[in-house]
Amino acid sequence: MTDLVAALRTTRGIVTLVLLVLLAVLPLLTQAFDQRYLLSIGTRVLIWAIAAVSLNLILGYGGMVSFGHAVFFGTGGYAVGILAHHGIASGWIQWPVAIAASALWALVVGALSLRTRGLYFIMITLAFAQLLYYVGVGLEAYGADDGLNIGRSRFAGLIDLRDKASFYWLCLALLCATLWFCSRFANSRFGLVIRGAKSNELRMAALGFPVFRYRLAAFTISGAFGGLSGILMANEGAYISPAMMSWVKSGDLIVIVVLGGMGTLFGPLYGTIAFFLLEESLKPLLDLLRKGWGEYWQIVFGPMLVLIALYARGGIDSLMGRSRG
Amino acid sequence: MDYLLLQVLNGVQLGLLMFLLAAGLTLTFGIMDLVNLAHGSLYMMGAYIAWTFVGWTDSFVLGALLALPATFLLGVVVEMVVARRLYARDHLDQVLATFGLILFFNELVRVIWGPAGKSLAVPAFLNRTVEILPGVPYPAYRFAIIVVGAVVAVLLAWLVARTRLGMLIRAGASNRRMIGALGVDIELLFTLVFGLGAVFAGLAGLMAAPITSVKIGMGDDILILAFVIIVIGGIGSIKGAFVAAMLVGQIDIVGRAFLPDFLKTFLSSAAASSAAPAISQVLVYVVMAGVLVWRPTGLFGQRA
Repeated sequence: MTDLVAALRTTRGIVTLVLLVLLAVLPLLTQAFDQRYLLSIGTRVLIWAIAAVSLNLILGYGGMVSFGHAVFFGTGGYAVGILAHHGIASGWIQWPVAIAASALWALVVGALSLRTRGLYFIMITLAFAQLLYYVGVGLEAYGADDGLNIGRSRFAGLIDLRDKASFYWLCLALLCATLWFCSRFANSRFGLVIRGAKSNELRMAALGFPVFRYRLAAFTISGAFGGLSGILMANEGAYISPAMMSWVKSGDLIVIVVLGGMGTLFGPLYGTIAFFLLEESLKPLLDLLRKGWGEYWQIVFGPMLVLIALYARGGIDSLMGRSRG
Repeated sequence: MDYLLLQVLNGVQLGLLMFLLAAGLTLTFGIMDLVNLAHGSLYMMGAYIAWTFVGWTDSFVLGALLALPATFLLGVVVEMVVARRLYARDHLDQVLATFGLILFFNELVRVIWGPAGKSLAVPAFLNRTVEILPGVPYPAYRFAIIVVGAVVAVLLAWLVARTRLGMLIRAGASNRRMIGALGVDIELLFTLVFGLGAVFAGLAGLMAAPITSVKIGMGDDILILAFVIIVIGGIGSIKGAFVAAMLVGQIDIVGRAFLPDFLKTFLSSAAASSAAPAISQVLVYVVMAGVLVWRPTGLFGQRA
């Protein structure tokens, strides 16, 4: 408890607290000001933040540059969608199956790709994501390229996912749970091995840790949380399509994690919010300069990424001073 | 039998196009240690620039010949403005920055050329068929791609194996610091290699344009395939890139051509024809996974 009080005295603690409170009351605000659109953006921010936190587990803490993380939007989403399509609407069945399927896919991909290093690892994770993407494109029974409209998961009597505000709060609760897990992970023995292997793999191996198995476990856990975000994404739009796991989405996730601050607890959340804010504000800003320019916002965003890569390694989190690790 | 031959030729043609793209990629990675996701953008820019020049000159060959130095210049500019600053960075920074370049170029094309795709006509003198064997016609344009691709591949092999520039390239691939210490102007060498890669990418793009149409993002999917190729072949190895490009070309085309018939034996014909292209894509990735499990640094890769 004293830890918590101490944490709240820092800039980072105050910013985080304000942010979480704002996120918690967002549905009330959007209702009061009648801005339905904002609530749907907020929901997407939360879902993407869960995916970003899960990527941060391996990318930020473990130094494993996975360029195929959006595939877990697909594994989670398609597991839910396919079950729903066949009449199994209960979330109690859908969600565990989807998470298990995502973890299993991560286990297989991890077992094969963690044998490689550097560019090979980046590319093999990308390739496996593309593999599932093309499987999705080829699945005529589930809409192929066009995707599939599905019914939302049912949790009879507990929560109605069709209600936008309830769904938003569910996403927020799950994000908090994911963050809580991440904070436990980062300071656990397991997490320290993963972080140690990032800075010096040879030393961790020499200390007697089976680095490969630790990494594989982290990769699998990351995939499971990624699958959770996929479940939510499918439920948010009541729709699945291969575009969920397009490689551009994987790139966006990396951008988010780096933008927010790699290997920091709240970095992925800051990154997601900044990413969506940039997207939503660059458009009107450019339109203000000249009508019609808004649709070209990526011509500004692209060079911004270059600058971030070149000059802003610590991400947003580092603006608030050094973290306590 | 003839059908098989035609499909194998199509595979060779695709493989050669992929090789042109992969060669630049594998050189930039082998020598400058740069993961250049924007290589596909150069492919796209090559096609768009050629489209413009062909419109001006009213001649495909002339337009293409003008487009090549233009893509070289573009490559040099990209190298001097962005890529140069990334060589010493880790792969994550490179992925991030060049991902930004992709977004930039896709949007730039939309601003300059508009969102609709362009079509580039096959030049009139190639708009016919040639008989590769007595009684077996083959589109002359595709045949020309094979010829040009093969000539460029031989030229590249000669350049790398027999010339002074090639010697520096090979030396740079094995130890770039050392050749810098020996007094070679490595900054200039890097710029040249990057420009050379851009030319090859542009050439591949403009040759593919009459077959696939010129559109935004045309370089992105093919870039991933090019990465698969250099990963299968072993990063930094030109020979590996060639072998892998041929392999991937055959898998893709033969898969597309023969899988539908095979699938129809147990699927409905509509399902078979929609699943076949996807399955042949999947096959490419399965082959890559298999190669990497067997040899984690690719077929001809050296680094551990």
